[in-house]
Amino acid sequence: MFPSTRRSVLLAARDADPEVRRQALGALIDSYWKPVYKYLRVQHRAEGDEARDLTQSFFALALEKGTFDRYDPVKARFRTFLRVCLDGFAANERKAALRQKRGGGAALLSLDFEGAEAELDRSPSSDLTPEEYFHREWVRALFAHAVERLRASCEDRPARFLLFERYDLEEPGERPTYADLGRELGMTAVQVTNDLAAARREFRRLVLEELRALTGSDAEFRAEARDVLGVDPP
Amino acid sequence: MRWLGDGALDHLREVASEPDLAGTPYEIVGTIGQGGMGTVYLARDRDLDREVALKVVQLPDDDDGRMLREARILARLEHPGIVPVHDVGVLPDGRAWYVMKRVRGSRLDEHARTLSLPDRLRVFERICEAVAFAHAHGVIHRDLKPENVMVGPFGEVLVMDWGVAKIGPHPPAPSPSSPTPSQGEGETAKTTEAMRAGEGRWRPSPSEGVGEVGEGSGVRAPAPSPPARGRGLGRGGTGSIPGVRAPATAHGTILGTPGYMAPEQERGEVERIDERTDVYALGAILAFLMEGEEPVPRPLEAIRSRAMAAEPEDRYPNVRDLSADLGRYLDGLPVAAYRESLMERAQRVFRRYRVPILLVLAYLLMRALLILILGR
Repeated sequence: MFPSTRRSVLLAARDADPEVRRQALGALIDSYWKPVYKYLRVQHRAEGDEARDLTQSFFALALEKGTFDRYDPVKARFRTFLRVCLDGFAANERKAALRQKRGGGAALLSLDFEGAEAELDRSPSSDLTPEEYFHREWVRALFAHAVERLRASCEDRPARFLLFERYDLEEPGERPTYADLGRELGMTAVQVTNDLAAARREFRRLVLEELRALTGSDAEFRAEARDVLGVDPP
Repeated sequence: MRWLGDGALDHLREVASEPDLAGTPYEIVGTIGQGGMGTVYLARDRDLDREVALKVVQLPDDDDGRMLREARILARLEHPGIVPVHDVGVLPDGRAWYVMKRVRGSRLDEHARTLSLPDRLRVFERICEAVAFAHAHGVIHRDLKPENVMVGPFGEVLVMDWGVAKIGPHPPAPSPSSPTPSQGEGETAKTTEAMRAGEGRWRPSPSEGVGEVGEGSGVRAPAPSPPARGRGLGRGGTGSIPGVRAPATAHGTILGTPGYMAPEQERGEVERIDERTDVYALGAILAFLMEGEEPVPRPLEAIRSRAMAAEPEDRYPNVRDLSADLGRYLDGLPVAAYRESLMERAQRVFRRYRVPILLVLAYLLMRALLILILGR
């Protein structure tokens, strides 16, 4: 999903090698398509089909025109840049009805819109500003990716991920106690504490790694890390 | 891909931002407070089975040493009015942390509303005692304000947040029980070196004792288990800490809180900062404690005014003199900061000796009446 190195995909997206560029843009889309789709559905009040077409068209046009190449980390964070581009794009698309011109909703990318719709149904309606909403959904997608990577990294220690899943991924009212978890998994409370701490440590590392990849400069990376996790990365 | 609800999202952000305390006997229970300098967590010491306050500082990369300085200063100032430090270390992400006694109670800015003026002034005296003790050990607080004073449920007064303190030419010596073998530059360098070497924790107060008691005794996180006390504690590669010898504040840097900073501190004249800088801040605290009092007794106002004089030379030369003057006011004695008129002296003497004076007057009145009656 993400390049194994800590190199920014934003930089890799401008690489001379088409394969590197393709992989980087794929990673970028992978991270952003869901917040983009939800943002169009909720903030632009686009119907399902329209939001799908707009999402597809937005990324297709961005790839075609090299929109992301124009990003300057000195001026703004990438997510802000992308959201502003999206706002302009959605307004123009609607005005000029470019959707039909682009093929009337032909699928360009393989994206799980049904899954995104199911998530929208579970999201409570909120009074967040457009920026806050996009940020929240972006963090949700970011964390979801990190959780999947954590799951993969815990293959040899399934109990560790199970603890993390049962305790940290549950909604507040549904969380068991450490003692309950320990009884269930045959561990002491201290073992639960330590394994959970290790899983959280790895989760944080993965989130920071993804953030590093999704930002264009060290300053942006640190600013996002502070915003998302409230920490200054090493 | 697993769906993450808003509650889970918030929880993940919270736990991911919590300090990574693997390899220490501490676990985070909650957050006590957050400020510009860092976050204070409520933590549990599994070894000693007690709650403690664990502070993690958020500072620019080149300023982490201030945290260790604060811990070192606090560890050496053993006074009932100064919150004791139990432990100090470095997180894997390079941030420093230290563990303090968990202080229950309320901040002075909140607590003062519940007290009468004399009670507020007695709290002030306690603050002065703690600050005077620090001064006697060569430490200038530099950020005294009501928010940095805690008042416990039994009236105990604790001066907090020594993070911007300035160490004078004669820093406090380590206590005999301290693990640091000597004082001064050599010792500082040694401690710094130990931290650099990845020896992530240093327990400055072995007298706290760490027994195999309580839940989880003797059990550590998967990281290499550090011994429970003393330095030389193994936490692999946790990053370096800049030297702690250099003062946290370079010349011209302004640290402190507007309204409580002395003029020389506001101007960044670090070389002019001394005990009288704290005297000014104490004067500002006194002004805060007098807020709402109408009219303000003139001697009290004079004490505040002298403490907050623009020029250090015009202030009390030290906190003991300020405290002594306030004590004289509370005892109904003349204060050094105010020259009273004859009438004021008479009024003060009357207030101070009201009961015996009234008794004598009553006696004299009775005598006069008796003479008058019997004389007829």
